[in-house]
Amino acid sequence: MHLDHPETYPQRHTHGADPRRPDGTRRALRIGLGGPVGSGKTATVAALCRALRDELSIAVVTNDIYTREDAEFLLRNAVLPAERISAVETGACPHTAIRDDISANLEAVEDLEEGVGPLDLILVESGGDNLTATFSKGLVDAQVFVIDVAGGDDIPRKGGPGVTTADLLVVNKTDLAPYVGSDLERMARDAKEQRGDLPVAFTSLVAPEGVRPIADWVRERLAAWTAAPA
Amino acid sequence: MTHTGGTAVRATARLVAEADGRGGTALPVLAGDGPLALRRTRATGDGEACVTVVGAMSAPLGGDHIALTADVGPGARLRVGSAAATLALPGRSAEPAHYAIRLTVADGATLHWLPEPLISAHGSDLRMTTTVELAPTARLVLREEQILGRFGEPPGALTSRLTVHRAGRPLLDQELSYGPGAPGWDGGAVLGGHRAAGQLLVVDPAYDSDPVQPRLLSDTAVITPLTGPAALVSAVATDGLRLRRMLDEGLNSRPRPGRCRVRTPA
Amino acid sequence: MDDTVVGNRSSPSYRWEVPPGRNGWAQPTHGPAPANAPASAPAVGAVAPGTAALLILADGRFPAGGHAHSGGAEAAVKAGRIHDAVTLEAFCRGRLHTAGLTAAALAAAAAAGVDPLVLDEAADARTPVPALRTTARRLGRQLMRAARATWPSPELDALAAARPRGAHQPVVQGLAARAAGLDPRAAAYAAAYESAGGPASAAVRLLSLDPFDATTVLARLAPEMDRIAARAAEAGHRALDEGPGALPAAAAPLLDIAAEQHAAWPVRLFAS
Repeated sequence: MHLDHPETYPQRHTHGADPRRPDGTRRALRIGLGGPVGSGKTATVAALCRALRDELSIAVVTNDIYTREDAEFLLRNAVLPAERISAVETGACPHTAIRDDISANLEAVEDLEEGVGPLDLILVESGGDNLTATFSKGLVDAQVFVIDVAGGDDIPRKGGPGVTTADLLVVNKTDLAPYVGSDLERMARDAKEQRGDLPVAFTSLVAPEGVRPIADWVRERLAAWTAAPA
Repeated sequence: MTHTGGTAVRATARLVAEADGRGGTALPVLAGDGPLALRRTRATGDGEACVTVVGAMSAPLGGDHIALTADVGPGARLRVGSAAATLALPGRSAEPAHYAIRLTVADGATLHWLPEPLISAHGSDLRMTTTVELAPTARLVLREEQILGRFGEPPGALTSRLTVHRAGRPLLDQELSYGPGAPGWDGGAVLGGHRAAGQLLVVDPAYDSDPVQPRLLSDTAVITPLTGPAALVSAVATDGLRLRRMLDEGLNSRPRPGRCRVRTPA
Repeated sequence: MDDTVVGNRSSPSYRWEVPPGRNGWAQPTHGPAPANAPASAPAVGAVAPGTAALLILADGRFPAGGHAHSGGAEAAVKAGRIHDAVTLEAFCRGRLHTAGLTAAALAAAAAAGVDPLVLDEAADARTPVPALRTTARRLGRQLMRAARATWPSPELDALAAARPRGAHQPVVQGLAARAAGLDPRAAAYAAAYESAGGPASAAVRLLSLDPFDATTVLARLAPEMDRIAARAAEAGHRALDEGPGALPAAAAPLLDIAAEQHAAWPVRLFAS
């Protein structure tokens, strides 16, 4: 992921994707969560925080479309203390803030690291957007794309950068599949076709331990991140 | 006072306030000039000297250069008001009129500078500057009001710059320009159709430990802390009366220097 | 100002001198000459080399956070003060000639080599409402990040170290222009253009305004931007010897008042 050429980009230390803190230690792993409106991004973030907060030091950055609603949902549900949640305003364009001009998100990430001490994991949640919205590699180390069965079981077949390139594709709300006539096997087949060996997780966050496949994936990524040479 | 080029006036009025050593304030210099006459108006019980600026002529006119200087010495307390609004009028000269106010307030001294509004009459062209130098422990209450046009008339050209330094460092620097020659002045960024604008500045070292919190006073008025021990009320209004009400509310809404309470005569 | 002097100023000049950094290739090559430079710098008002660099700096897509700010347009739309192309033009014209002129002059002075910490203090005095001071510093910090990556320079590093929470955006803009090899007038252009361009592009999103109308508004303001940039550049040069008091302090009451209102809204599209 880091194909820098030091002699060409001598000031790369100002870039957000540098894996080291100024003191040389490895910084927190940053994972982006994107996907269409209503697919369950905020619910996933909340469930991840609950599942991992006892073992990891976590913070969250939200990118809402026009409110601080997602941040407030997380606050209301008390998944993390308020000082670990930061809302970035996006001027009605969340995809701009996570992909084209990541400066406000980088500030938020750094302010969190500075404000609440060394972190293991920072979740950056995009506002609901379209199927092409992906995170800049200058902002996150890995990204999760969250879709749901109710949005139509043809979404994996349609592809698009989110579905095809995300490090993890989450197909959420599997409990609703019988009610909305979605064919989970077909979704899995289409996803495999689009994504090759990249993983897909089918989840139902209303089920107990429903977030487990995603939480396990995060743990794996974090282990790899921590093991990598600083 | 000197006359130049026919009707134009050059005049400088000067005022010095000093602590008299008995808890009061003396006025060793009280020198009006030209259109500006200075009157000691009343003695109050709290050691404050009060002076009223009386506009002996309808000044300033185009081409005039008038100046007013007040120095408040260490520990002195001075309150300055004016008898009536200042009316900027067109002169025979096509030149703009210049009105310069220079105020200095020494350590431990307090100045209340509360003139009546400036009215920019149609066809007038006034460049006004107010320059204030405050010592570190000086206190100041300063009001500025601009009324754009007499009733129902379009305004003249008005530029007013207020520059305040405290302990030698810039505290507030603002230039307001309205009327012809100030593009966009009536648009939604500047006045949005309002015809009265004003600000009220309160500087008090006490704000260092207890700064004012930003607060909306109305849809078009706000009180905010400056970078330094100071609060500023900024307001625009449809007319001078509503403007004064908002500025007064801002001033009286929290503790302020000195014991004086500013009231608007009904 | 005796013991209150900030930065590295040699009296009576307000020039800023930063020791050269390790990496020399990013030193300004066409920018305003430091005090000890040969007299080969372009004269005031000369056509600047590096026009392409100005296009990069002034591009709305330059990743420095501008897209999330409306320049006061969101509050003005809600108050009914902007509702169509005509009122948008009046708004942008007023902002250009007030906050735009002030920002352009600060940027020009920074590009000319005036001590940026002196300018940062002057910017505070010219920004009486905390909502706009916060916005200016946040945008300054974001611009600093982008500029340091794009045009590395010891001067940018020095200001970033002195103001880790962000210097006022126009000051950073001027220093970024200097690092990109641009002259003070180019820096003024970037600030002036942004002062009108920001609200115009926000209005397209806020009002679903016809984008051709919004761009026409900017085109109609172009000659005024030329004059603002020239005036700001002239003042920026004078500030080298006369200090920041030589810089315009043009202000707009409604921009200040509405910015403080907007900052208190619970729901909004733009950060300012």
